[in-house]
Amino acid sequence: MNVIEAGGLGKRYGRTWALRECTLEIPAGRVTALVGPNGAGKTTLLNLAVGLTPPSAGAVTVLGGRRAGSPAALDAIAFVAQDTPLYKTLSVADMIYVTRSLNRRFDQPYAKARLDELGIPPKRKSGKLSGGQQAQLALTLALARRPQLLVLDEPVAALDPVARHDFMATVLAAAAADGVSVLLSSHVLTELERVTSYLVLMSRGRVQLAGEVGDLLAAHGQASLEELAMTYLRETTPEVTR
Amino acid sequence: MTALTMPARPDADGDASPRPIPWRRMAGVTWRQHRAALASVAVLLGALAVWLWRMGVPLHQAYAAAVACHPAASAACQDLVGGFNSSADGHFMGSKGPGGVLLQVLPALIGAFVGAPVLARELETGTFRFAWTQGFVRWRWALGKLVLLAVVLAVATAAFGALVAWYFQPYGGASPQVPGLFENSPFGDLFSLREVTFPAWTVAAFAIAALAGMLIRRVVPAIVATLAVYAGLAFATAGLLREHYLTPLVTTAVSLPGASTAWVIGQWSTLNGRFAYAGDPPLNLVNQYCGSNSGAKGGPPGAVFTQCLAPHGYVQWTSYQPTSRLWPFQWIEGGWLLALSALLIAVTVWLVQRRAA
Repeated sequence: MNVIEAGGLGKRYGRTWALRECTLEIPAGRVTALVGPNGAGKTTLLNLAVGLTPPSAGAVTVLGGRRAGSPAALDAIAFVAQDTPLYKTLSVADMIYVTRSLNRRFDQPYAKARLDELGIPPKRKSGKLSGGQQAQLALTLALARRPQLLVLDEPVAALDPVARHDFMATVLAAAAADGVSVLLSSHVLTELERVTSYLVLMSRGRVQLAGEVGDLLAAHGQASLEELAMTYLRETTPEVTR
Repeated sequence: MTALTMPARPDADGDASPRPIPWRRMAGVTWRQHRAALASVAVLLGALAVWLWRMGVPLHQAYAAAVACHPAASAACQDLVGGFNSSADGHFMGSKGPGGVLLQVLPALIGAFVGAPVLARELETGTFRFAWTQGFVRWRWALGKLVLLAVVLAVATAAFGALVAWYFQPYGGASPQVPGLFENSPFGDLFSLREVTFPAWTVAAFAIAALAGMLIRRVVPAIVATLAVYAGLAFATAGLLREHYLTPLVTTAVSLPGASTAWVIGQWSTLNGRFAYAGDPPLNLVNQYCGSNSGAKGGPPGAVFTQCLAPHGYVQWTSYQPTSRLWPFQWIEGGWLLALSALLIAVTVWLVQRRAA
């Protein structure tokens, strides 16, 4: 099964194409990294995949043919948007209540245990949590929905190195222990090196390269993901990605 | 740091369309997100209700005493009537005080304050990316929220509207045996603050605010836009629309049936079956027929001229809405406002479902 299937997918805002001619098949059971400089179209592709935005051209389906944004798709995909939006005035316990109410499945014991472990007090307003804790709360809420696919948009961009490490550890544990497929976007490569098994390189609204990390490294004769991405993106874009 | 492992997923259901999540789950979600706004509305209306009640009880007592007094022409009774009138007349919340006018802004304020943030806050802070990707499905999320809040507002403001109507009752009370008591038409300024119209206008303001929030995407500009649109709608309704709800009755009687609480829409006069003039007679007619001292006896001011022109073939016509139409008018206004609100909410929900992030 493919978690994402896109055919000729495009999205236009006004006269600018944020994403064009995207044809992609991302297999299940992988941690997929969507890598590219700012403005490459990563967020647009993720918004299309989770059904937040309708395509201007082509089509995208998720989890074996479900229309993106359909009830069946929403049911099985958890999305953590950029800057992990939470209701800042609601307490952590209320955020759990809201997420549980809005979904068919919600693993309350998991969410409680996970937040205990992180030392996040349930009565604290989520706006009063540190950036790292907010990200962990958003991730915990997403994982407690027991999704088949977890989609993360720039999850670690705003976090300090320790928080980044902890966050990715949680993601990896979920992927390893429960077989959750993960699709995450990032312009930071360092934290992705260890976790990524499938890579999609994007720049200027186009998918430049996609495949299993091992295959790509072998085919392009590079030792690391970072080298591969740097080399490839330097060839195709004027900007340099970090 | 170690991460907890999760128990196996109950079943990897790949079925095409899962059963929708029950609507009732929106109740707790809506309450948690909007309790601050709803609590503010409850405190505001509660405080105003206590205030109206405390002023209303002595007002009703003074009115009841004046009406019950017998014989009405006695000096003691005239004192009671005069006392009631003078105490009520200069009062802030009297029939001519500024209080009644200030109450007019309440539906707009409440509706805008509760309605504008529903979508604008989500769009402003980015939380719509959270809310619209949950299993509940976004159009159901929007519809559930808007309908719940509208119903809560309608119930609270209907109760408050009943209290306002009760408070102003003495000012509108027509009492044939006690001339001089207030006889305000129920179709006046306070028509939109009654049992049906108060909640209907509040819900309309709420629906306007929700749509404005969806279109403008920011809370404060959405509130400002709502107040502007609401003011336009309210003035247009009071000035142009309301008098046409039912075809006005027409009479040639100088004093209207149903005493002075009827709503006079227009007056015109005819001569030999042909239109002569509208409203008051032109000056040359008055000079020609009425002279300096027409000798007419009492009656309403305009009636003086009507009476002196009548022997010369002039007939005065009055179109009016009788007091008995108060409740049909309440329901007509409430009905179209609720239909408008439903339409606005439907448009808002449609926009939520189709809006690109």
